[in-house]
Amino acid sequence: MDLTYSAEHQAFRREVLVFLEAHHHAAPKGGGAAQRPSAEAVAWQKLLIAHGYAARTIPKAYGGYGAAPDILKSRIIGEEFARAGVPPGLQSQGISMLVPTLLELGTEDQKRQWIGPTIHGEVIWCQGYSEPGSGSDLASLQTRATEDGDDFVINGQKIWTSTAREADMIFCLVRTEPDKGKHDGISYLIFSMKTPGIEVRPLVTMTGHAEFNETFFTDVRVPKSQIVGKRGQGWFVANATLKHERGMLGDPGQLESRFLALAELMRTETAGDGRIMDNPILRDRLLRLQAELAAMKFNGLRVLSASANGGDAGLARLIVKLQACELAHQISALAIDALGELGVLYESSPHLRAHGGWQQAYMFQLGLIIGGGTAQIQKNIIAERGLGMPREPKLATDGGRL
Amino acid sequence: MDFGLSSEQRMLQDAVTRYLSEQSPLGHVRDIAAAATPYSPDVATGLADLGVPGVIIPAEFGGMGLGLMEAALVAEALGFSVAPVHFAGAHVMAPLAILLGGSDSQQRAWLPKLASGAARAAVAVSQAVEGRDGVGVVARDGWLDGTALFVLDAADADLFVVADTTGALHLVAADAPGLTQIPLTTIDKTRSVGELRMTGVKADPLPGGGGRTTRRIIDAGRIMLAADILGAGTAMIEQAVAYAGTRVQFGRPIGSFQAVKHMCAEMAAALEPCRSLVWYAAHAFDHAPDESTLMACHAKSHLSEVGRFVARTSTEVHGGMGFTDLAGLHYWFKRIGLDRQLLGGPELVRNEAARVQGWIAV
Repeated sequence: MDLTYSAEHQAFRREVLVFLEAHHHAAPKGGGAAQRPSAEAVAWQKLLIAHGYAARTIPKAYGGYGAAPDILKSRIIGEEFARAGVPPGLQSQGISMLVPTLLELGTEDQKRQWIGPTIHGEVIWCQGYSEPGSGSDLASLQTRATEDGDDFVINGQKIWTSTAREADMIFCLVRTEPDKGKHDGISYLIFSMKTPGIEVRPLVTMTGHAEFNETFFTDVRVPKSQIVGKRGQGWFVANATLKHERGMLGDPGQLESRFLALAELMRTETAGDGRIMDNPILRDRLLRLQAELAAMKFNGLRVLSASANGGDAGLARLIVKLQACELAHQISALAIDALGELGVLYESSPHLRAHGGWQQAYMFQLGLIIGGGTAQIQKNIIAERGLGMPREPKLATDGGRL
Repeated sequence: MDFGLSSEQRMLQDAVTRYLSEQSPLGHVRDIAAAATPYSPDVATGLADLGVPGVIIPAEFGGMGLGLMEAALVAEALGFSVAPVHFAGAHVMAPLAILLGGSDSQQRAWLPKLASGAARAAVAVSQAVEGRDGVGVVARDGWLDGTALFVLDAADADLFVVADTTGALHLVAADAPGLTQIPLTTIDKTRSVGELRMTGVKADPLPGGGGRTTRRIIDAGRIMLAADILGAGTAMIEQAVAYAGTRVQFGRPIGSFQAVKHMCAEMAAALEPCRSLVWYAAHAFDHAPDESTLMACHAKSHLSEVGRFVARTSTEVHGGMGFTDLAGLHYWFKRIGLDRQLLGGPELVRNEAARVQGWIAV
């Protein structure tokens, strides 16, 4: 156990601090990660890439900074940006999922065409995976792509396509070989959202906002060259990106800032005769969450150390999505309970606390528990891959496609 | 930067685990549990040959001179095997009290014997954790009077480290006139807990044994109990997974049913981050003193909660068999039950954690 950083990493941290001191005023105000970035945010992203604080390990040839992978340096950047309250580089499904996929499996042309504009925030992507009939059982997806000359012609429907309204492009799973087994007949296509035949309908969730969309395809023509990986290998290609998505959903840094906001709320807000913190029951719940948070934070360090040393933390990694999403939800739940009647206020009500963010988070985080692989799917993964437990026997259904 | 164990640390833990699997199998645990005293001198001797009693005692006194991290790894191995021997009190809290608070002559008199296993020390500090009416040891003019409950590692002790009502620590020899020892029977037949009654017992105060030393040894003890739960919980999950893989009902292993599989996944998901929490708490005890009490509180309270969940759930995965003495799973269940209550249950400990952070008045 050595929690000190090497001289090289300490020097790197100083570089980051110097950069932040010199440039923090240029950072965009406000988040809005899911929308099309403002001109200010695009300029900030360009500056970050130039200094290696975004797209750090993307090769220079594709518009990145071109540094060798160093997980500790990435962590130092994350830590110091968070501590300074300065927004990090752009975060989007294009950057976190499509770019790593292209780097791993794309053609040279695809890499040159798409990676640079994507990491610079010029091209926005959405993800076309889930369908109304294919959620947890994603591989059963039915959106069809049939051959017609040099094109695929796509018909079907996707759901949970966040940013579909803003997106320029989509990375999409379609069935190209309906006669093959369900995992073997899928292909991964990338195409423009302006292609004729695409209709996007906003999907309003329990939060009252349309964070997602439904996307319909009617005779959408896509050149066959816009496939990533080989025909019929889409399932393999998609799994390369799902791995990246699940990594995104368990960031202990975000959990910690939510927890600190909750502790601050309980120290400053009064209810009844005193501060909320003086209520022993609510305080006990707070401390319970703090211990869990500490466990997840150190678990994160363990996972990080393992991969920095070229290993894999196994079970410690597999449990992150399940545990972190649940913990985030519980932090919001306690904030609502601590606020008592004030906890129900929403939107732009008088007496609102934290801009209604606790209720918004409580609801949205339930979505995160379900999305990106439901809690139940996560438990299957933990049990089968982490603990080596037997799989569910397969039933002979689905027209023999198993 | 490396958040993990060194190869030396792994070797130490593996050596203890291997020794216990060979020399203290469940059959031996059953024999000890059925005997009058819940303590195995044979296993204690074998562990002494590995250096376990001296794990945190400096080399100048004949110990291994290691840190609380290594002690936590040993505690985890003992919990994993429900080893019927002393540890948290005898080999961590007592030597630590003498190291931090003892005079030169007290250290020279006791530490070498404790390190070799030639003498054993027990710890009576329960009153400093949670006061109780009619209990407490009063020090007056060099004499001790009163009662101490929940004395850790009481069986076969030669020496007691006793906290008085002010939190100051004293050494009391087991054969001191005026001292009566009474064993307490607990749910856990693998550890020894006792009561001391004192009438005019000559006190030998630790000159540096004030509140701060008492605080430190309680922190250390809590981390050891948390590590013990980690080991016991790990063993319970392993047993549940193994049983679910072989037990067949409705024509298939019950582990292939999601209802059962998810119970195992929930146990693993809850316990796995606890490993990092225990590691960090032990690391902070030696290297980050500002965080040490808070992290000891978090480790103790969180492991107690997760331990209870794992103990109950693993038993349920075993179905009716888990409830029987045939499976023997209850030894782990009770081990976790004892660890949870000793040195403060989770609610008490969490309240301390709030005080440590200044969230409520001290």
